[in-house]
Amino acid sequence: MLEQTVQIVSNEPDPTDLYFRLVMSAPRIAPLVQPGQFVHLRIQSIKDALLRRPFSIFQVSGDTVSILYKNVGKGTDALSRMRPAQDLSLIGPLGHGFTVPPPGGESPLLVAGGYGMAALYLLAQRSPQKGIVFVGGRRRVDILCQDEFQSLGWEVRATTEDGSHGGKGLVTQPLLAELRSGTAGRKLFACGPTPMLRAVGRIAEEFNLPAELSMDEHMCCGVGVCLTCVIPVKTGADWEYQRTCTEGPVFDSTRIAWDANS
Amino acid sequence: MNLSVQIGTLKLQNPVLVASGTFGYGAEYSELIDLNQLGAVVVKGIRLGPVRGNPTPRTVEVASGLINAIGLQGPGVDGFIKKYWPFLKLLKVPTIINIWGTTVEEYAEVARRFDALGGVGALELNVSCPNIKEGGAQFGTDVKLLGEVVAACRQSTRLPLITKLSPNVVSIAPYARAAEDAGSDALSIMNSYPAMAIDIKTRKPSLGNVTGGLTGPCIKPIAIKLVWEAAAAVKIPIIGMGGIQTATDAIEFLMAGATAVAVGTATFYEPRTAVQVIAGVREFMQSHGIEDVRELVGSVRAAK
Repeated sequence: MLEQTVQIVSNEPDPTDLYFRLVMSAPRIAPLVQPGQFVHLRIQSIKDALLRRPFSIFQVSGDTVSILYKNVGKGTDALSRMRPAQDLSLIGPLGHGFTVPPPGGESPLLVAGGYGMAALYLLAQRSPQKGIVFVGGRRRVDILCQDEFQSLGWEVRATTEDGSHGGKGLVTQPLLAELRSGTAGRKLFACGPTPMLRAVGRIAEEFNLPAELSMDEHMCCGVGVCLTCVIPVKTGADWEYQRTCTEGPVFDSTRIAWDANS
Repeated sequence: MNLSVQIGTLKLQNPVLVASGTFGYGAEYSELIDLNQLGAVVVKGIRLGPVRGNPTPRTVEVASGLINAIGLQGPGVDGFIKKYWPFLKLLKVPTIINIWGTTVEEYAEVARRFDALGGVGALELNVSCPNIKEGGAQFGTDVKLLGEVVAACRQSTRLPLITKLSPNVVSIAPYARAAEDAGSDALSIMNSYPAMAIDIKTRKPSLGNVTGGLTGPCIKPIAIKLVWEAAAAVKIPIIGMGGIQTATDAIEFLMAGATAVAVGTATFYEPRTAVQVIAGVREFMQSHGIEDVRELVGSVRAAK
């Protein structure tokens, strides 16, 4: 974990101006990154908002680290207006990421909802076994970086809720179809909205497969101090709140106590 | 140039601490800042047993501030000693342990446990957490109960006692005096201010606990006033806190009457804030020809 002032290399929107790719020069942080980790960005230009914003790390290339973000609020809106050569304060890499399968180990199936794809890229790149990525979104514009995964030699199966790209429906439908054809030696890795993660957890349980889920929680300090981003995690017969920023964001799906907080 | 100050019998190399609840148990930030540069490390509130904490969402960002309702999640005395004390006891700077309970007896027992541990710098009594139904603020908003809890802790330990007061009172002077009279060696002013936010899309409170405590730069003027009023009411030193982001903020607290200050919420977004504040105070003293930081304490030119 380091805090570094990093320079923006590029900050490019997709054709819809909804999703952006931000590349930063972060030579001390880049070599430390593990798949599934995140960075905590301070965007000085947000006027009265104080907190850093957490983003999954998308790609690492040489000295650069990139993120993929959706313009959803005042933090990401301010970020989307930043230009190359401007500075950002970045703390990272943070969190406990995905377990990269060992050579000859599990065959990975990745499940992504929308920009959850970003958090899975490094895992796909560094996994010795290639597999299938299931990606779902509301519309065609929400299906991101399909080409990048295909370039790594992965098969991408896309679904959209409106049927504008790939199959029509939810991302779990083609996943279920695939698992019905065989489960031996497979492992699920997922990142996306919480209802999707919960569905993937249920599927893993049903097929008796291991699954690692990257949980998306509202965060404050990002380094384990404030105890904002907690989720209920099983401890024997009981449960306790654990930190998404430190024990997570990636948790083994069997450990999450989904109904404890309700 | 002298930056050192004294809180009871506890000597601090400089007057800049970190606020309880914003610095975990120290180790979390040790990769990002040199803890040995601080005046002291102040750990998150600990009661006798482990505490699960409040349901989520636990914090919400508001204009120039943050509302939190964490619910004092923590490992309890034994869990703290096992997991966090081995790191803290090796620091060169003192550790101040923030303690709380739901009864006077529990406060006293926790104080005894930390007295027996050895090596603790001081105890800060949290009588002002707004997010705990039993304990917390009920002790800090009742002058009689406040006196009882401080007195019970005073009988349980020879460690310096710092009483952290609630801002949620009509006048802080009687509370400051009650803590002083019961044997408190110092006061921390202030804890977070009771607050609430609503998500208009869902019509639900933004916090799982419904209400929480407001911190961050938006509360600084409130804290400055409370420090100024308390400083006029008591002789014991005050640790001022609430929204400090810069050395300018810290010096304002010193001038209002604080002997030391604590950086809180700012650490969340800029972990080096406390270290930067120390450097900034030193620079201010240099440029204004001030030899001793204690010259600044209570130096505001106002009729009291």
